[in-house]
Amino acid sequence: MRDEVAVTKEPLLPTPSTPHSPGRLLEPLLSDLHRPGRRAFNLPTLDVPSVPLERMIPPPMLRKDPAPLPEVSERDLVKHFMRLAHLNFSGETNFYPLGSCTMKYNPKVNEEIASVAGFSKVHPYTPEENIQGMLRLLAELEQLFKEILGMDAVTLQPAAGAHGELTALLVAKAYHEKKGRPRHKVVVPDSAHGTNPASAALCGFDVVEVVSTARGRASLSALKSVVDEDVAVFMMTNPNTLGLFEGEVLEIAKLVHEKGGLMYLDGANLNALLGLYRPGDIGFDMVHVNIHKTFSIPHGSGGPGGGPVGVRAQLKPFLPGPIVVEQKGIFRLASPGPDSIGRVRSFFGNTGALVRAYAYIKALGKEGLRGVSEGAILNANYLKALLKGHYPIPVDEPCMHEFVASAKELKSRHGIKAMDIAKRLLDYGFYAPTICFPLIVEEALMIEPTETESREVLEAFADALIAIAQEAKANPGKVQGAPHRMPVTRLDEVTAAREPNLRWR
Amino acid sequence: MTELNQLRFSKTHEWLRLDAKTGTVGITEHAQEEISDVVFVELPKVGRAVRQGEEVAVVESVKAAFSIYSPVSGTISKVNDGLVKDPGAINRSPYEEGWIFLLDGVDGKDLINLLTREQYDQWVKGEEKH
Repeated sequence: MRDEVAVTKEPLLPTPSTPHSPGRLLEPLLSDLHRPGRRAFNLPTLDVPSVPLERMIPPPMLRKDPAPLPEVSERDLVKHFMRLAHLNFSGETNFYPLGSCTMKYNPKVNEEIASVAGFSKVHPYTPEENIQGMLRLLAELEQLFKEILGMDAVTLQPAAGAHGELTALLVAKAYHEKKGRPRHKVVVPDSAHGTNPASAALCGFDVVEVVSTARGRASLSALKSVVDEDVAVFMMTNPNTLGLFEGEVLEIAKLVHEKGGLMYLDGANLNALLGLYRPGDIGFDMVHVNIHKTFSIPHGSGGPGGGPVGVRAQLKPFLPGPIVVEQKGIFRLASPGPDSIGRVRSFFGNTGALVRAYAYIKALGKEGLRGVSEGAILNANYLKALLKGHYPIPVDEPCMHEFVASAKELKSRHGIKAMDIAKRLLDYGFYAPTICFPLIVEEALMIEPTETESREVLEAFADALIAIAQEAKANPGKVQGAPHRMPVTRLDEVTAAREPNLRWR
Repeated sequence: MTELNQLRFSKTHEWLRLDAKTGTVGITEHAQEEISDVVFVELPKVGRAVRQGEEVAVVESVKAAFSIYSPVSGTISKVNDGLVKDPGAINRSPYEEGWIFLLDGVDGKDLINLLTREQYDQWVKGEEKH
């Protein structure tokens, strides 16, 4: 029982030694550290004949003045980058309730496998005979995804989730056109990720939005009124962005299929389904996988990720190329057939990320993958139970891998928004959860702990959130002014967006 | 000051003021409060014919981007260029400085689908209970 919440102490993080003051950089730039003559390198003695530069490069092509590069000592350089690294607040250093939605823990075995020279040092133009290992890995990974997804064919080409969406929608468009009946509409629920309508619009489809039910699910009756024979695809996220399983998915699939439409699964929340449900078995014709989410690929600062797409047999001819084929034990890259939508990515996709996904799947195995989803679901439900009573949970039902709480009451009573809670969490040593999404929940706090967090971490995080709810009542100003203990305090996002200052000096 | 009783409201939180056949459109006080600080407004093209309920403009806040739907049919006759430099006018003064576009050729019949101030306030209260 955890009725009595021990008052969580003020965070114990060290106060930064150099508190940030406006207009002052936390860490000087390398160009500020520049002192003429300092060097961070030491070349070995020349053991080949010396040749004047002018003999190798035509003089008109040579610089007149040396490039204005910062000149620093090795000591300064190491200190500079180590200090920057220590300012990082990351999934490696702190609990990250953004979960697989953004990035879950990246097991280190993935890095070890990916750094094997046969994977890390290959060049895309290396002859196929010399990269058999890489090609075999890609071929095997396609098979693994086919099994995990319950699909008949997989392309590993797309570079990210939204790219996977675009690829799948282009495939759907080509499929309907090939059947001689081009279709113009894509239907999305109002809880969808913003990328769904964006991908559909980019593909030239008209986007039709359907409202969710009071239980946060896609509404079968609302769908009945919009699904007609001009609907190319229904894009669904399951579990949806509220972390709820769409229990009517089979009925919905039947409705869409009866009208000749295709069912697309946005795989962003696949972390809840591994080994439990295969998308192909619950009515989906297409699905993308975010390997940088579900399959634990690091993707700081936007990449590189990976968005493989799986499809049913009837859509296979339209997939992009090149495709890996095996002939007499030799793996080769082949062009896809005449109905293919063509290339969507240079070479063979983000192979470095794909190697990590392969390592993750192989390290865990079938049982392990199922354990990932079971652990993610258990952790989310435990955390939800700890927070219940302190934060309203708009749809309070057993959830999948994530749940959505609301700061609505704290906002109306004490003027504390989801944003303030997110900022205050940083002071307690936790990263902030996703806030203000999905849009159908006011002042949403979307919390996804993932499978790797221990019971102690979940309890400490719940205690922090509960302590913040108490602070909101007793001392709202403290929460509104947070963070107080970070190297950079509250940023002025409004001015930053309205009058962006894009120069550092 | 705008007399709110003379305005009509949509369930998507736009307001409309009708003078003869010209309608002025903006977003409500409740809407600006919900979306918080507006940082960018994408205005429609003057001369564009729009249908009631059609997506016409986009208002982007620090939270997200929100579609603005035309509460009635008509032709865009003028847009509030001032919002390009000063999107915060929508927060400061949603019913005055923060107007978004004008519509010509508005048919009074379209008002049947809109709410009075009282109905809108009631509706917002009902929404909040969810």
